[in-house]
Amino acid sequence: MPIFSEMTHKYLRAKKKFPNVWCSGCGIGTVMGAIIRAIDHLHLSRDEVVMISGIGCSSRMPVYVDFNTLHTTHGRPLAFATGVKLAKPNLKVIIVTGDGDALAIGGNHFIHACRRNIDLTTILINNSTYGMTGGQVAPTTPFMKIGTTAPYGNRERGFDISKLAMAAGAPFVARGTVYHVVQLQKLVEQAILKKGFSLVEVISQCHTLYGRLNKEGGPVEMMKWQRDHAIPISAAGKVPAEKLKDKFFTGVLWDIDFPEYCEEYDKVIALAQSLAEGEGVRVKGKERE
Amino acid sequence: MADQINKIEPDGNPEIGEEKVHVFEAWCKKCGICVAFCPTGALTSDANGLPLLTYPEKCTQCGMCELRCPDFAIAVRPREKKEPKIVTTGESQ
Repeated sequence: MPIFSEMTHKYLRAKKKFPNVWCSGCGIGTVMGAIIRAIDHLHLSRDEVVMISGIGCSSRMPVYVDFNTLHTTHGRPLAFATGVKLAKPNLKVIIVTGDGDALAIGGNHFIHACRRNIDLTTILINNSTYGMTGGQVAPTTPFMKIGTTAPYGNRERGFDISKLAMAAGAPFVARGTVYHVVQLQKLVEQAILKKGFSLVEVISQCHTLYGRLNKEGGPVEMMKWQRDHAIPISAAGKVPAEKLKDKFFTGVLWDIDFPEYCEEYDKVIALAQSLAEGEGVRVKGKERE
Repeated sequence: MADQINKIEPDGNPEIGEEKVHVFEAWCKKCGICVAFCPTGALTSDANGLPLLTYPEKCTQCGMCELRCPDFAIAVRPREKKEPKIVTTGESQ
């Protein structure tokens, strides 16, 4: 086993104000380590990876990593990523986003990116609250949980992100947790290799706001909760239904093949050019890289 | 010891020491995740919450503390490879 830190430090912008900005014990740093190890394990160079984020706690991640990075407007990382991928289809585009960023402010971009099936890898870090702005109720806050805007309990149901992505048409959907960090790295690797839109939902902990308001303890207690409530998808048929209450499945939940948008767009260009040449019309068509 | 822990290399990265488990004191936020989830209980916290390798003989160098650390503040030495045993069959060519 190699020393991970020596390898990880190669990918960090070390002069960018370490230690990082996140609270002590926040899971986002662990996810960042898993993404870096996955990229290193796939032998991708730093120049062929683009990391794009929106606004939020998790979206601070591109500040620290030495890839091509883009820190965009609130809720719009998938829109920017679609543009990057269409202009440079040979780049590996990784989007790091939070639950509020992707599902509330950027909800429409999210479902349409799933539907369009362009080759993007989305790492959605779900901490069930708006962490950066002070613990307000997010679209993923579960029923009857406390937020600063719901002091008597949240009366709405939370989104099931993975089911939403499946229904919207994403061909690869996986779920991991911060506790199961080795599995998380493998899921990120599979998502990067998948041709098409791939989503990895990561259950993370916000002990500073969500954990404190709901009396769920510190980072260690919340990670123990993840350990006790995660069920591998391979055990889905074997666990009795009464034991599945409040539990969630982890692993690759959905993996199908569907034509990818960049390849289809190349076919559109080829078809249009061949038709134009057949009609004797000169078309200024530029070959894409 | 303390000055060695906080040593930063010219490229801005912390220096990795020679011990089995090395903690970069300047980057550590003392969250306690590494201590709580150490599979063998080799790590303990000091009075300030900083992780210490109190029982080095228990440490199997599995690296789980390093993988879970959100702040890249802990490094584990890889296990030294054992010399492969030379099996002699008695036949020589």
